[in-house]
Amino acid sequence: MLESRKDLRKKLKILFDRQRIGVLSTQKRNRPYASLVAFAATDDFRNFIFATPRTTRKYANIISSHRAALLIDNRSNQMSDFRKAMAVTVVGAVRELRKSKKNRLIQLYTDKHSHLKDFILSPTCAILCLTAETLHIVDRFQHVIEYHLNK
Amino acid sequence: MKLIYHLSQITKSDRKHVGGKAFALAQMAHEGLPIPKTIGISTQAYNDFMDGTGLRTQVLMEYYRKSFDQMRWEEMWDCSLRIQNMFARTPIPATLAGALKKEIVKSFDNKPVAVRSSAVGEDSAKTSFAGLHESYLNVRGPKEVLEHIKHVWASTWSDAALLYRKEIGLDVEDSSMAVVIQELVHGQESGVIFGRSPVDRSKAVVEAVYGLNQGLVDGTVEPDRWMIDLDSEMIVSHTPAQRYKAIVPASRGVKIIRLPAGKREKPPLTKRKVNNLFKVEKRLAKLFGSDQDVEWTYDHSKLCLLQSRPITAMTGTEDDEDRQWYLTLRRSFDNLVGLRTKIENDIIPSMAAEAESLKKKDLRRISDEDLVTEISNRVSICEKWKKLYWEFCIPFAHGIRLFGMVYNKAVKPENPYEFLELLTGTALKSVRRNQRLQQLANKLNEDKHLAELVRSRKLPKDSEFSNEVAALAEELQTPMSGAVGLSELKDRMLDFIIEMAQAGRVKSQYKSRMSSKLEEKFLSSMPKRDHAFALELLELARASYRFRDDDNIYLGHIEKRLLDVVQEARERSEAASKIPLDISLAGEVARCLRNPNYHWEMRKSKAVEVQNRRVVSRQLIGQPAGAGLATGRARVILKAEDLFKFRKGEILICDAVDPNMTFVVPIASAIVERRGGMLIHGAIIAREYGLPCVTGIPEADKIIRTGYQITVDGYLGIVTINTSSV
Repeated sequence: MLESRKDLRKKLKILFDRQRIGVLSTQKRNRPYASLVAFAATDDFRNFIFATPRTTRKYANIISSHRAALLIDNRSNQMSDFRKAMAVTVVGAVRELRKSKKNRLIQLYTDKHSHLKDFILSPTCAILCLTAETLHIVDRFQHVIEYHLNK
Repeated sequence: MKLIYHLSQITKSDRKHVGGKAFALAQMAHEGLPIPKTIGISTQAYNDFMDGTGLRTQVLMEYYRKSFDQMRWEEMWDCSLRIQNMFARTPIPATLAGALKKEIVKSFDNKPVAVRSSAVGEDSAKTSFAGLHESYLNVRGPKEVLEHIKHVWASTWSDAALLYRKEIGLDVEDSSMAVVIQELVHGQESGVIFGRSPVDRSKAVVEAVYGLNQGLVDGTVEPDRWMIDLDSEMIVSHTPAQRYKAIVPASRGVKIIRLPAGKREKPPLTKRKVNNLFKVEKRLAKLFGSDQDVEWTYDHSKLCLLQSRPITAMTGTEDDEDRQWYLTLRRSFDNLVGLRTKIENDIIPSMAAEAESLKKKDLRRISDEDLVTEISNRVSICEKWKKLYWEFCIPFAHGIRLFGMVYNKAVKPENPYEFLELLTGTALKSVRRNQRLQQLANKLNEDKHLAELVRSRKLPKDSEFSNEVAALAEELQTPMSGAVGLSELKDRMLDFIIEMAQAGRVKSQYKSRMSSKLEEKFLSSMPKRDHAFALELLELARASYRFRDDDNIYLGHIEKRLLDVVQEARERSEAASKIPLDISLAGEVARCLRNPNYHWEMRKSKAVEVQNRRVVSRQLIGQPAGAGLATGRARVILKAEDLFKFRKGEILICDAVDPNMTFVVPIASAIVERRGGMLIHGAIIAREYGLPCVTGIPEADKIIRTGYQITVDGYLGIVTINTSSV
């Protein structure tokens, strides 16, 4: 029997709640780039929030092309990762969030990363949201499923 | 923890390091009981080997490739085969090998020894690995002993051992294995004692054979059996065996000899010796605190105890019975030869004769009442043949596996399935049938006029072409062709032959056996003295491979005769006509005919959601069963009609390929099957045609749908779905 959708959602929620950092992939004029970002995800897996100073390469890339991918995984840098680790690549478009105390997405982010409160309050820091279209989920080394959020 | 323990050094706290067998022997030695010179190789050596070579990670990755709960027994064979081949190909690191070698030379020099498993955890009445791990007799010299230590380590991952570990809840990740090395005792009589019979708990059992007791343990030699009443301590019965052979040491390993006439007439033990053995068991039971299962041997009347372990509690559950059946599949070569004779000379000819005799009966002339009786008779006939199929044909498939194990141990190939190359091209019945279809397709390509006649269905009735189509349709009319009548089947076959003609010439990968380089490679990896055996085993494996496919075709013909009578009943009763044509529903059809007021209702089963719009599978993992890479349109076979819709270049997706379905394979570009295992028909036929094949993908026929674009990677066992086609 294959994994039910409910079980899959449960596994994803655990992964997104437990992991604090993901790898953000961006690109500009055919020059790809990857960077670590602290993220928070909404329970419907549609929004992945992260923050970056506006002076960074990743920010410049996002301004140039708003399409991006975020890799979130639970590997432990052990050989057992090959059979036990799970990785999700979130693919979608990035938009900047307006800084407001009432913004529940920003609230979600600061709840998870309270130590970054000062960082995100800085006027030079942008708070961004990757709106997910598809989640590419890989486990057991080669088993892959796609979760299409807009279908 | 030390690498090597002498028995005098083993204390209670070492039990988990040296395993149950070594620990028991140490206690027996301490009590002054007669045991051969023995040393124990601790689990530290196994762990050093596994971690020093990186094998542990490799093995666990293979083991977790698919959930063990989802594996069929055949897949467990496969998983175990791949893992054991990893052991065969991995040398013991030099430091470890040096340390072991030094002690082996010091203790035994060049004397022959027995290398036995000493599983950790085998020390209570709840867990006994009896017969699950390997032991080797008459191994000589440090190099050979080291190689056999590795074989024993590898047997930790035998399919039977994996299954048993799962059943008793042991975590495979914690698996380790200790080894016992014992000086070989050239016993003239050997056997076992059960302190309490598992069948009759008021009695003890002594079993004995001439020669070494390997023959008794693996079932090659039938033992004499004595039952002893536990209250009176008197022998109450003696069941003599048909004594005609024994296992004795050869120059290396062991060999089977015919017993001389004098020994055939005489039991291997006197009553005095039987009583003596019973007393020894009682002493051991007292020492260990539970009834014991003891292996012993008499060397010129001097008793030597080889091992003692607690008798495992019997659970007697249904699962347990299934497992027992499964363990009987570990057939020895002699048993397999016997099975082959039975299948070739008795089962297949009788099955063919029965199908032919049933076919001759004119069902239209018999009354409704007699038709009901006929259904019941044919159901019984089918059950009888299925039972024989399970009893003889399925275990005979073990011949392939036995050959695979011998081949892999000798050749240590990079690809653990290399041995299968030596078994293909054995003129499977299904391949010969497909060649006849191909010849018809070739005729259409060569003769445009004939092709036009076939297309326009204006072919003369008695032409050579139409007679061959009729003959093939007759052969294909099995339960797989479902409700399709013979004339409709011929018509569909003509369409299929036209499709086949468009596909061009397809050849099965026939190979010349004698020129096979692999055969030379195999023989050159075996000692010369074993060449005759190696060739006999290869021949047996080829027969085993051929029957694996052919016997299903014969069984299909029997089932078809049941389907005939069911179809006749459906035509006579309106209520029965609403029941799908399926042999499993024969009883329901008969009931409709018996009772005109009976109405059958289909039981609705809950649909399993395996794919929905939002969550789609992209990459599925199965087992690589046929090397190659192919991309194409999926054709899912759910019912017989789907087979005739098959188009050139499509990928065959099904729950389980039946040899009666494989006529479409020559025009397929790959095969994907839900069932797993190297011996399933999908894998066998894919190898014959050199097609990429992936098996063992759970719900493959539900996740993949007709029309999906998919890629089959038969090297890695991966199926990728082009999700934009979903």
